[in-house]
Amino acid sequence: MDERQDDLTEILAKIPSNLIDLLSRYREIELHDVELELDELELILPSMIAPTIKTAKPSERPLELIKETFKPQPIRYVAAITEVRLGATRSEGGSRDRVLIIGGETSPLLQDPQASMKNPPVISLDVFDTKIPLAKPVKAHFAEVLEDPVAWSRLAVEKFGSEMVNVHLTSIDPLVKDTKPAEAAKTVEDILQEVKVPVSVGGCGDPQKDLEVFERIAEMAKGERLLFNSVTLDMNIERIARAIKENEHAVIAFTPMDMNKARELNRKLFGLLPRDQIVIDTTTAALGYGLDYAFTTMERTRLAGLMGDQELAQPMASGTTNAWAAREAWMKMPPEWGPTELRGPIWEAITALTLLLAGVDYFMMMHPAAVRTLKDTIQNLRSIKEYEPAIVDWVKVRPVWG
Amino acid sequence: MAFATKLVNREAILDQCTPIMQEKHRPQYERLLAMLRPPVRQVIFGEGPRQKAIGGKYVLYRHEFTYTNPTVIAVDVTDEMSDQELTSRVETVEEFTYRYIGQDLRLDALAIRSLSEEPKTFQKVVKNIVSKTDLPIVLCSISPEVIEAGLAAASMNRPLVYAANTSNWKDMAELSIIYRTPLVASAPQDMDELRSLVRTLVEYGVQDIVLDPGTFSTDGLARTVNRFSMIRLAACRQDDSLFGYPIMATPMVVWANRDELPEILKWQEACLTAILITRYADLVVVHGLDGWSLLPNLILRQNLYTDPRKPVAVEPGIRTLGKAGTSSPLLMTTNFALTYYTVAADIESFGLDCHLMVVDSEGLSVESAVAGRKLTAEKVADALRQTGVGEKIDHRKLVIPGRAARLSGEIEELSGWKVLVGPLDSSGLQKFIHEKWAAVQ
Ligand code: B12
Ligand code: SF4
Repeated sequence: MDERQDDLTEILAKIPSNLIDLLSRYREIELHDVELELDELELILPSMIAPTIKTAKPSERPLELIKETFKPQPIRYVAAITEVRLGATRSEGGSRDRVLIIGGETSPLLQDPQASMKNPPVISLDVFDTKIPLAKPVKAHFAEVLEDPVAWSRLAVEKFGSEMVNVHLTSIDPLVKDTKPAEAAKTVEDILQEVKVPVSVGGCGDPQKDLEVFERIAEMAKGERLLFNSVTLDMNIERIARAIKENEHAVIAFTPMDMNKARELNRKLFGLLPRDQIVIDTTTAALGYGLDYAFTTMERTRLAGLMGDQELAQPMASGTTNAWAAREAWMKMPPEWGPTELRGPIWEAITALTLLLAGVDYFMMMHPAAVRTLKDTIQNLRSIKEYEPAIVDWVKVRPVWG
Repeated sequence: MAFATKLVNREAILDQCTPIMQEKHRPQYERLLAMLRPPVRQVIFGEGPRQKAIGGKYVLYRHEFTYTNPTVIAVDVTDEMSDQELTSRVETVEEFTYRYIGQDLRLDALAIRSLSEEPKTFQKVVKNIVSKTDLPIVLCSISPEVIEAGLAAASMNRPLVYAANTSNWKDMAELSIIYRTPLVASAPQDMDELRSLVRTLVEYGVQDIVLDPGTFSTDGLARTVNRFSMIRLAACRQDDSLFGYPIMATPMVVWANRDELPEILKWQEACLTAILITRYADLVVVHGLDGWSLLPNLILRQNLYTDPRKPVAVEPGIRTLGKAGTSSPLLMTTNFALTYYTVAADIESFGLDCHLMVVDSEGLSVESAVAGRKLTAEKVADALRQTGVGEKIDHRKLVIPGRAARLSGEIEELSGWKVLVGPLDSSGLQKFIHEKWAAVQ
């Protein structure tokens, strides 16, 4: 242990703020043995074309400020993103104590403040039905519940304010535990008993097994408007759509970063299922691990939807937890890169913020500090204040901490 | 025609076209130049190899065309810092490097803030800084006297001057013209004022302008993102030449909060930086210098400024790494670019000599590909056959990623090769090759 660690641990221990609380659940910061390569950067500046600007003769220079105005002209879009309701209350045939609505946008985020974020994006914490490898900073928050999806769900809602829970039935994978549909349905039933927020149910990725399990659960929880995660092109789409429709649920149509595949899947679904039961997931890759593709696919998808491409005008979901796939999020690195207890959650937070700007409506997340940051940001972005905040002269700022 | 395509794709510049550079074609040259000019002008500051260009954007959205000129990240120093502190900050900025898929990610510039408002004090610090480093600098003060003192000490460095506002614009414009430096027009919270300033500066003869619409966090965040978006939209979609300049953001405003702890402020600064890098900032000024808070933004910037037209995947096939020979290990991975580069970089950094078989997983990472049945034992067995790798080596052993462990038995059955299950992460390869591979030799 060196001094830096002691310092940090001490600081983190003293901090009352909620955010730091969420960050500070760790005992030790391990040092790393990997050397960084400090190669010279080869700078290639783009060639520059000299602009042709006339310099005013001194005699013609203005003496007073020339008044100009700015009229914001946000682009008007023709279409609105479909609204999808998640969860159903007793009067609606379910047993949730609240219903969440996602979608409904008529403009990209904050281009037209009046038109954006009709419904705030929803954040849902991941819960797994079997022990899976998790990064240490995440595990620190869920250590007691890792093998109990019901307790895990409660913790997510009560302690971390998750607006929904996102149960992944990883254990149903024939190559993992091959949990039977009835048993998986029982897990979901127990969770529905334990928490009263809307619930999303994820499979294992095996198209046949997921289908069997989803059908069973859809029937068991008829009317609850669960969000099934997910239907893919390689599944029996008719069967899954029937189960979703007959039992009044919603589903995430998942495609691997390809707008055409997203369209194709939606085309197939539209014939079978009302649009307000479909959310799309065009795939999230972590910051540094393909976030560029994820971001651009989502941004394009959203714009296309707003411009009238019906096949893409659905609310978007993101498996933001994927941020932890980045080595920089979980790997011990030399001390100058800080502990994973900070690097990890900020990785998830920044992945989420970027995708929020691309238009994501439903976030599946993992680390409480990242969730908290996204929540605060959504709050801030949603409320264009009547008043202008006081101007801070950043040039004159004297940080307390040097 | 081929050259014209290159021009349009920004793979060549007009000045490389010999025919049109003749004097008789000057009108055509001028017209083409105007057509090819980006709606957001490019502004250059700094001198020498580390000079930086900001702006020069052609499009509002990344998918329309590659974003040019990655956001410059400038770190602040002040004229009240001790020489020791200055040295240490400059060194940190100079040395900050992160190796990421074949590139070195670095910080770009220094913003020197005048807290003293004393021209002499500022000048001394500017002199000190330019003697220490050739990083591009931003001189920050709204006092023309202070700026002039700074400019005198850095006249050869083409600094960016921050800032002209509605009260000092005339003096700042004069300085900008005399010293031939780019100038920031600052009008936090007032877009009419910002446009008025730009218009006035342009008429005055200032050529290189950078816009500061003000950066606010928390209760001002929505308006900040909205203003940045509207400025870029006006430039790219509405031909608003007055807003066709690079935008500057100052996420370091969060440090004005004196009630939060430094880790929190660094966290908030990093998040605000990320939001504004995503939403059109061409230059950001930050204060926090921690690896964990800067690294995500260096990577975010790299990611968003890559060419969206390039595929995610790499070519499947056999790669020979190091001085691999007939007895060298054969490793397998998928053709997801990131997986491939990560594994290849590890192998390279360990100095391992080996053959790497890149299997077509449709651009998926190992575990997703296995889970999604895009990487199957059949595919691996086919690849072993089709690549003819058996002719390059005299053994029949294949090291597969730990995350593909469940395929091992089936691969052995289908291919007849012996499968060794490697570590979960390729960072464990060195140890694995030295211990496990050596043991089966
Ligand atoms: C991003 C991601 C995706 C992206 C993939 C993007 C892409 N281009 O790959 C998308 C969203 C498309 C995706 C899809 C799916 N995914 Co996925 N995905 C992930 C995630 C978050 C990260 C994967 C990643 O990018 N890793 C980074 C790369 C670089 O890692 P890598 O390829 O494994 O390489 C490393 C090692 O394998 C090793 N290595 C690589 N090559 C070699 C070679 C040798 C010789 C050695 C020794 C080592 C080695 O070193 C590398 C560097 O660290 C993981 C979760 C996680 N935290 O890991 C889940 C995960 C892999 N996915 C999972 C699942 C289930 C799926 C789906 C089936 C989901 C679904 N319901 O449809 C689909 C399948 C895809 C399909 N339908 O075709 C599960 C797998 C569970 C399991 N163990 O079976 C995971 C673990 C998530 C989870 N916890 O549930 N996924
Ligand atoms: S500028 Fe004229 S001469 Fe040069 S490539 Fe284009 S068309 Fe050909």
